Amino acid sequence: MNPDAETAPSLKAENPPKKQLRANAMNRKILALLKKDILLEFRQQHTFYGVLLYIAATIFVIYLSLPESPDANTWNSLFWVIQLFVCVNTVAKSFLQENKGRMLYFYSITSPTEFIAAKLIYNAILMLLMSLISLGLFNVFLDNPVNNQLQFVGIVLLGGCGISLVFSLMSAIAAKAQQNAALIAILGFPVILPQLLLLMKISKAAFAEVFRDGALLQLIGLTSLLDILVIVMAYILFPYLWKD
Amino acid sequence: MWFGMMILFSISFVYSIKYLLGFNLRNDIYANNFAKVGAWFGILGYTTGTLWVSVTWATDQGQSIGSVLKEPKLIGAAIALLIYGAYFVLRGSFTDIDKRARISAVYNIFAFIMLFPSIWIIPRLVGSLHPGAPGSDSGNPALNRNDMDASMRMIFYPAIIGWTLLGIWIATLKIRLEILSNKKILN
Repeated sequence: MNPDAETAPSLKAENPPKKQLRANAMNRKILALLKKDILLEFRQQHTFYGVLLYIAATIFVIYLSLPESPDANTWNSLFWVIQLFVCVNTVAKSFLQENKGRMLYFYSITSPTEFIAAKLIYNAILMLLMSLISLGLFNVFLDNPVNNQLQFVGIVLLGGCGISLVFSLMSAIAAKAQQNAALIAILGFPVILPQLLLLMKISKAAFAEVFRDGALLQLIGLTSLLDILVIVMAYILFPYLWKD
Repeated sequence: MWFGMMILFSISFVYSIKYLLGFNLRNDIYANNFAKVGAWFGILGYTTGTLWVSVTWATDQGQSIGSVLKEPKLIGAAIALLIYGAYFVLRGSFTDIDKRARISAVYNIFAFIMLFPSIWIIPRLVGSLHPGAPGSDSGNPALNRNDMDASMRMIFYPAIIGWTLLGIWIATLKIRLEILSNKKILN
């Protein structure tokens, strides 16, 4: 897969106003990078299945170690902890798998903002998929105390997205250091904690816990705001991580 | 202690930004040392706070220390300590000075921006025993006139100023020492 082949025609094609053209080219580059990541995932299916197996094994262990199916609160916290670890495992490799030579190649053909945008989108998609899978497995093995299914799925998607964004950036930082795999957890956990606590609180709404009027919306707004904050910071800070 | 810590971390944050703007190694030394002293203050605040809690809350409300530590504000404090612990681990894992300075500056900025909204916002949303919770009639968790009586205020505000200045003084001593020992690289 050669992103160059994708982007080159777009630069010559037609000639609408310059600004639009540049935006267009940027979008195409992001798409090309995204496509490359997805293609890579399909070619190296062992990593994908590895993570799947990881999810299944952890949930199965929880299932065996609990005497009976847990009550709503335990279920909720178990679910989010598993989400956290799944995310560390899925997202961690996104920067670690790029070796030095390939990074140099990307450096020569794209800008850092395009690169990080593609990575963020890709990791978010991957994490959403994983979240849904683990939610399904949780339902199979550990019952389902959730009252409002649709709401909970929405919260899970929002949460998965947020966690993956933070860990993408952490993975980019850790990739620059030597002992990187362990470093991601050290760097990421304290940063993600407030967000995780918020998510646990929000998801209690789906267990029919009653909130003050508007409090739920406020919390959801806060979480989305944090996500946006992470994206903005990734845009600002990643160029500094990128040059070497 | 808390105010001292927050102010020191904020100074560290500002120097990290300054480093990324100019890549002057001196700013990295500033950021690092302010963060170090801030973390030290954080640990002191956490331990002395725990002692204070065991006198004021745990005894008359029949709560264990374990349940008290789940207070949203104390969680925020613990997270702050964890983040700066991670910052020092990150710094330790580089051998190249410039790379270390750049990447730890990025992490410092990111962590600071993620941490402080959660310290400032979340405690206002959930109830707690700490002065300034939403249940009580005040808005600000720390700086509220109704939460403290006059004699307490007389100690509290000078204490904030004193600790902050002490922290800044310690940090500047450390900075001067490090700048002296690195004179050759700093040209």
